Amino acid sequence: MLRQRPFLVEILTAIALIAAPFVLPYLGFTPTTINRILIWGLLGIGFDLLFGYTGLLSFGQSAFFGTGGMFAAYMLTETPLENTIVALFLGTIVAGIIGYLVGLIALRRTGIYFAMITVAIAEVFFFVEFNPLSEYTGGENGLPGVPTPNLELGFTTIQFDSNWSMYVFFAFWYFVGLVIALRLVRSPVGLLLRAIRDNPLRAEALGHNIHGYKLAVFVIAAMYTGFAGGLLGMMQGFMPPDAFMFATSGEIVIQTAIGGAGTLFGPLLGAAVWLYLNDLLQTTLHLGASWKLVLGIVFVLLVCFLRRGLVGAIADLYHMATREKDGARKVEPAPAPAVMASSAPAPVRAVPDPAPAGRNRAIDKSGQILQATGLTKRYGGVVANSDIDFTVDYGEMRGIIGPNGAGKSTFFKMLTCEVPPSSGKIVFEGRDITSMGVNDVCQLGLTKSYQINQLFERLTVRENLAIAALGELRGRFKLDLFRSLSGVPGLDEQIAKTASLVNLTARLNTPVSELAYGEKRRLEVGLALATSPSLLLLDEPLAGMSPQERVETVALLKSIAQGRTMIIIDHDMDSLFELVENVTVLQEGSVLVEGTPEEIKNNAKVQEAYLGGVQGEMA
Amino acid sequence: MVNWANFISQCFNGLVLGALLAVISSGLTIIYGTLGVLNLAHGAMFMLGGYAGWLAYTYSGSFIVALAAGSLFVMLVGVVTERLIIRHFYSRPPEDQLLVTFGLGIVFVEGVRFFFGSLSKTTPPPALFQGITDLGFMFYPTYRLAALGIVAIALLVLYYVLYKTRIGMIVRAGIEDSVMVDSLGIDVYKIFMLVFGIGAMAAGFAGIVNAPVVSIAPDVGEAILVQTFVVVVIGGVGSFPGAIIGGLIAGEIISITSMFNPAYSYVMLFVAMTLVLVLRPHGLLGTAGRE
Repeated sequence: MLRQRPFLVEILTAIALIAAPFVLPYLGFTPTTINRILIWGLLGIGFDLLFGYTGLLSFGQSAFFGTGGMFAAYMLTETPLENTIVALFLGTIVAGIIGYLVGLIALRRTGIYFAMITVAIAEVFFFVEFNPLSEYTGGENGLPGVPTPNLELGFTTIQFDSNWSMYVFFAFWYFVGLVIALRLVRSPVGLLLRAIRDNPLRAEALGHNIHGYKLAVFVIAAMYTGFAGGLLGMMQGFMPPDAFMFATSGEIVIQTAIGGAGTLFGPLLGAAVWLYLNDLLQTTLHLGASWKLVLGIVFVLLVCFLRRGLVGAIADLYHMATREKDGARKVEPAPAPAVMASSAPAPVRAVPDPAPAGRNRAIDKSGQILQATGLTKRYGGVVANSDIDFTVDYGEMRGIIGPNGAGKSTFFKMLTCEVPPSSGKIVFEGRDITSMGVNDVCQLGLTKSYQINQLFERLTVRENLAIAALGELRGRFKLDLFRSLSGVPGLDEQIAKTASLVNLTARLNTPVSELAYGEKRRLEVGLALATSPSLLLLDEPLAGMSPQERVETVALLKSIAQGRTMIIIDHDMDSLFELVENVTVLQEGSVLVEGTPEEIKNNAKVQEAYLGGVQGEMA
Repeated sequence: MVNWANFISQCFNGLVLGALLAVISSGLTIIYGTLGVLNLAHGAMFMLGGYAGWLAYTYSGSFIVALAAGSLFVMLVGVVTERLIIRHFYSRPPEDQLLVTFGLGIVFVEGVRFFFGSLSKTTPPPALFQGITDLGFMFYPTYRLAALGIVAIALLVLYYVLYKTRIGMIVRAGIEDSVMVDSLGIDVYKIFMLVFGIGAMAAGFAGIVNAPVVSIAPDVGEAILVQTFVVVVIGGVGSFPGAIIGGLIAGEIISITSMFNPAYSYVMLFVAMTLVLVLRPHGLLGTAGRE
């Protein structure tokens, strides 16, 4: 729907913003409340990009709200600057710079640590504003005398000094903020933000510099927040020090949760509900100080029962209604994948594998693609891998077997630079990668499919593959915030090619959470393939599969093997020996023996390792 | 020019504050370690303890009764909260857990404001510990010395329970791997409920001990919560010894900085936190992978 009418959301928002002043007063909203809702809504857009899209819950937005607002207010009251729009943008830039510095510290950690650190940092800002900087900020009195917004046109200056004219000013900037955010959400960066929310480790392993993207969205959120802070000062004619208080950070979290995170509109709706209830409980019902108690209870109930907020609830209702209507139509595509699955080997072989594009020209080269020397990994006293020497030639299919605990997965993790080796050296295509990061190595063309599926569960198959393909097409970090995702050259082809390789073409628009296990397993391999690796590591690709699925997956692996160099770990030796040319056997962290499948099958040491010295006893 | 008597007395204040923060942070850290929930209502639990203690004191006139009744009350609040609300959030994303505990914190704070008003309440120190004591080199309020003793005893009890009893062993095992504990045939939900209760009680207990030092108001827990976060970040999440060391460090930083300029105490706290994050990202005594 959105794809067909790309500007629908923008147009509807514009209409709603124009209609609001004619409708809302009849519902009991005062003009001041409406303006306030717009300010919180604008601040909320930035917060939603941070929390709803990227999954970073900050309890420290007050620092940027206060900083942006105070800076703009200071410029307008204490310096000759009179242009309010220039002051707003100066405040926004300062908030962005502060956001960058805070982000450098807070983003060192994730999850609850991130939340705790943002709280602590925001509290520092509160104290600094109140005391050491009170000469500039007015301390606990704030900065009075902030002028109302104006627009200098050269020949005349338009003043927005009444409530409704200020509404025009605020609504304009809300609209601008929303249009920018919508572009961002639909850009490659927008998709990567959601990838970070769902599975940051895999996003990193697919070649993206997730720290860079997190820092970028943190700065963007800080800028939105700072801009909104500037608007607050102009609306009130006074920049209050309360902007710096923890309550500010708390309110934006509450409003976003009420409205629904990850929708951009959630915070606006949440602010409308919150401020409306605030007015209603305080002035109409005369609840006095206990209004916050009521709102607190409402909020807890909402978090308990309405998981995705009001916008989420509305969306669910809409889907329920449309699903009932389209019931017959929706059933139709379901059988298709089942048919495909049962006849999997045929279509897989039918896919001609053209000489892989991009950097994957491995087959033209000869010699060694990978050399690991003296690779050792110790965890405390435990030696997982000791002194492994390992080389793989271009175009080779290598298998690794070994009993449980032989150190196979640790070995793979070191090759993909997920864990640094305790000692030793890894050279990939002539380059020393030992101390590189996992995203650099993926960019060079070495990636892995995981033993346990590492997918982006809330996104569709298409989006999953796009995240993988974007790593190759855009590099590890690029701020193409305003480019449409469909405008990335080669992306659609790469997705289509990979999807047909792993036989998921019919499922491209299905969310991963609805896939069957076998399909998820194929997508796991597909994610690695979509990065166009020149060396692909597969960690137990057959794990947990039914016999039927194994046959299909072996056929799939054979078909993708042409023109690629692959190393496969698996316990299913019959399947593995059918696939690979050479086998390395690991035991207790060291290489036991290497050879062709035939040699390995007949090797006494291998039999002993697996069967526990039966030969010895027999002799 | 530093006044040495003043300096030493501030160091003592730092010790008292640090010990209190250590108790509160231990509560937060064992809850997080075992249940995986960061309790944003922890500051409110501290405040609830102070009010429950004050109420019990008003009716009984005994500080001991206040201490016992207040602690038990907050423990009960913790157990009921876990059973009714938190339990349904274990399978939900961490953000939802943060949101709900944040909301509960508001409800507790505003509930207390509703019943007792915004004006601060004072609990006098028990008769035995009133006045000041001559330590030979300086005079120091007797109750603060006593508070240090009470908190030290509480930490020892907590240590004993965590490290020397069966239930403590289960809790520590739960911090390492609660799924494994569950599959060993121990009802982890009961343990979770108990841990939440004990964790809340630690905060509540500190709230009562603190009440005679500083008067209490409904929003007294907010600043404490922030300080507790810094303590946990410095000490390392899920580490009981880390909470104690972090608490003492934070207490001394706040007190000693306050001697020069109280406004910078948070800045210094923040500098310490940043240093730890840069040098030892998992906290002084934390282990990697526990986030």
